[in-house]
Amino acid sequence: MAPILDIRNLYKNYGTTEVLKDINVSIESGEFLVLVGPSGCGKSTLLNCIAGLEPISGGTLAIAGEDMTDVSPKDRDIAMVFQSYALYPTMSVAKNITFGMKVRGVDSATQERKLAEVARQLQIEPLLNRRPGQLSGGQRQRVAMGRALVRDPKLFLFDEPLSNLDAKLRVEMRTEIKALHQNLGASMVYVTHDQIEAMTLATKIVVMKGGVIQQIGSPSEIYNRPANLFVADFMGSPAMNLIPARAQGNGSGTRIEIAREGGEPIVLTDARARDLPEDVIVGLRPEDIAEPGFRHGEAVQEASCKIDIVEPAGADTYVMTHLGGKPVTARLHSETEAAPGATHTFAFDLSKVSYFEPESGRRLN
Amino acid sequence: MARWFETHLPKMVLAPSFIAVLIFVYGFIGWTAWVSLTRSRLLPKYEIEGFIQYDRLFDSPRWDTALNNLFIFGGLYIGISMVLGLILAILLDQNIRTEGAIRTVYLYPMALSMIVTGTAWKWILNPGLGIEAMVQGWGFPNFSFDWLVNPDMAIYAIVLAAIWQSSGFVMALFLAGLRSVDTEIIRAAQVDGIPTWRVYTAIIIPSMAPIFLSAFIVLAHLAIKSFDLVIALTGGGPGYATDLPATYMYAMAFSRGDIGQAASSAMIMMLVVFAIIVPYLYSELRAKND
Amino acid sequence: MTDLTAAPRRPDVAGVRRRSSAGKIALRWGLYAILLVFALYYLMPLFVMLTTSLKSLEEIRTGDLIALPREITFDAWRTAWSEACTGIQCEGVRPYFWNSVLIAVPGVIISTLLGAVNGYVVAQWQFRGANVIFALMLFGCFIPFQVVLLPMARLLGLMGIAGTIPGLIFVHVIYGIGFTTLFFRNYYVTIPSELTKAAKVDGAGFLRIFWAIFLPLSLPIVVVSVIWQFTQIWNDFLFGVSFSQAGTQPVTVALNNIVNSTTGVKAYNVDMAAAIIAALPTLLVYVVAGKYFIRGLTAGSVKG
Repeated sequence: MAPILDIRNLYKNYGTTEVLKDINVSIESGEFLVLVGPSGCGKSTLLNCIAGLEPISGGTLAIAGEDMTDVSPKDRDIAMVFQSYALYPTMSVAKNITFGMKVRGVDSATQERKLAEVARQLQIEPLLNRRPGQLSGGQRQRVAMGRALVRDPKLFLFDEPLSNLDAKLRVEMRTEIKALHQNLGASMVYVTHDQIEAMTLATKIVVMKGGVIQQIGSPSEIYNRPANLFVADFMGSPAMNLIPARAQGNGSGTRIEIAREGGEPIVLTDARARDLPEDVIVGLRPEDIAEPGFRHGEAVQEASCKIDIVEPAGADTYVMTHLGGKPVTARLHSETEAAPGATHTFAFDLSKVSYFEPESGRRLN
Repeated sequence: MARWFETHLPKMVLAPSFIAVLIFVYGFIGWTAWVSLTRSRLLPKYEIEGFIQYDRLFDSPRWDTALNNLFIFGGLYIGISMVLGLILAILLDQNIRTEGAIRTVYLYPMALSMIVTGTAWKWILNPGLGIEAMVQGWGFPNFSFDWLVNPDMAIYAIVLAAIWQSSGFVMALFLAGLRSVDTEIIRAAQVDGIPTWRVYTAIIIPSMAPIFLSAFIVLAHLAIKSFDLVIALTGGGPGYATDLPATYMYAMAFSRGDIGQAASSAMIMMLVVFAIIVPYLYSELRAKND
Repeated sequence: MTDLTAAPRRPDVAGVRRRSSAGKIALRWGLYAILLVFALYYLMPLFVMLTTSLKSLEEIRTGDLIALPREITFDAWRTAWSEACTGIQCEGVRPYFWNSVLIAVPGVIISTLLGAVNGYVVAQWQFRGANVIFALMLFGCFIPFQVVLLPMARLLGLMGIAGTIPGLIFVHVIYGIGFTTLFFRNYYVTIPSELTKAAKVDGAGFLRIFWAIFLPLSLPIVVVSVIWQFTQIWNDFLFGVSFSQAGTQPVTVALNNIVNSTTGVKAYNVDMAAAIIAALPTLLVYVVAGKYFIRGLTAGSVKG
């Protein structure tokens, strides 16, 4: 079967400005693709191109094997949920949901049936006669979802649908969208700038920057093996520690030397790393710098550092220090005795370490 | 075909208005500019002769008066309306209980036709039975208020009526400006113990610069186009003491039958408006495109 | 668009500490006194017009400008409405009043409709060059109309509608669409473009989206546009005096002719009654819908 969405060598220009460069993505039926990146990275433009709301300047875009270049949005068999929900303000909730069917000339019995179905599914039956202005943010969000669900499309498109909700509601709706995806088995493309949303929802993530795809992969690939410094820094919170270091290869592995404030450099040995250049950037997630005794394995090595700041966050405590001239965050358990100003011993777990080339930012291992 | 139609429909909808504007604004400006360079009199001629009409215009004492009057009228009208409008706005900004009613009263003249305004003030200012007669009747037989018939003062009568008509509008503009200043800044100033008058002079008024500019533009624009008020109040008289470029142009076009003069005077008016509006529009549009 | 009417009151700029000292109270009274004096200044001409129109000529000649009429008479109103002379004709302002209605009503409707669709295109269906077109249209609002007077007179002649009411409607529509487009454009740009996108995905087209989604939202701006255009057209004098002939003149031109007609005794009470009649429709609009009137005024000046 043809992929549900297949984008090849897609370019998009506004005048002379290239906003999307050589985009290649495809997803199979039932996948949940998340486009993530900072604002202005082109992710929303790409979504609009998929929807047919923006013409593409080059390349091809196919949905379910059919070329979409000259197909208008209404004929693409898609449904879209917008950031502002884009509910029609003068229509009731019911009319909002059935407007698309009405435009396409679906008979009113079918309209009623589908409306009832979707309203039950989303638990918005009591709201059907209200106007959007009378609804809370979360309710509007549900109605917007209802308008998409009622189409039963080949492909759902979401444009930052949760970013106007408060933090608590956002987490709830995130779970609901995930449940919806699992129950419907539908194919979805979802745009967000929130990397946690990306990690929790996606089966496949596309990280974008400046109109260029930085990395495509499953959430765990993106998290554990970021393709470059940008992805490493952007995905994960707190961000991955990126520490300048000097590498020196020897027979049994590589010796990593990291400058330490007010003391001898830390020396770590990575038995698996090979052929690193002399100047590297070591990428370590905060959870890979832990309390000694909590991590085991041959890749774990201990070193002590001076602590700048201690931030208890409930389940974990984040501890900031300086290494190689950069601030470094370690994720310790909540009962840690680390105190600001004191020197503390940390366990560095190199089993998931990433190495990057400082100039290009490219991943080395 | 349907898709082509759908994608080009917006352009087709806008096209008639755009073509109309192209012809009736820009085309007509072009026509007037062209004719202003010819020897046209009663009928337009189309052979370009250079700037003879403009030479005639600037040699004409009547045009000289009209331009002078424009500067006197414009300067006083704009200046006084802005000062008065600002003062009234600040006074109204002091938690006045009847603010709504007062605003309504201050602003209603803007709803009137200039012809109505002119008619009313012509009656009030007429020396025989108006204010002059009234004050004389109160026991001041030497009181004189003859602006309307005094060639040296008639232009000020027009200024008086024009200010009456639009100062309330300027007040409303400024009041909105005063209210749009961030209340947190004002609260911060109050917490710092800055006296009310300093809050106005140091914080609120400086932050209203764009409103001053808007008010200036609107008033300048009204001043240059002023035509009805002069016609109704003085008819340009006594003599042509209160002629403005607009009345001059009208007289040349429709009573003197001197199309060349009418066209060249219209072009000068246009240039004055250009000089004021273009920088403003440019900055507005640019600010929005950013 | 700056909304003057909704300008929220500030939490008391006039001092956090409100002490009811004698000085403060005196200041307060002084403030009200000044505001009252200005209120009288603005009201005086209207008052004088009204009282004068209700006096007899005899009383006007002997009495005081601001005195109330000793004896109220509506003769002047009757004369102004149906007998006063505008030059050689003596039919009062009545026929001209209806001329103004006949010019204003179609003029307002057509220019508002055109403004609505134009604004919709410029705000929601951006195409290359749309902004330039809008800027050119906007600029048309600001030209001194003297610069188009001569060619327009000739063109109306060529079209065979010189001196007719359709001719005046045409002129008012042409020079009104810049403003109405501006109103609708500024209103429609505040509506998120996602709404249009959602409707496109739902399968609606250009006209359907306008009809089903934008038009139902437009009542406030339609009111602003209608009031603005009505005031502009009703109060117009320049186009009226330039492009009309005996019989098709609008009320402003007729009023001016009555006031300046030299035949017979100067009947100030009739002049004033005629002036009030000419002013009545726009005054009524102002009183009934002042909020929208002000919005139009400011939208025309404080753009954005």
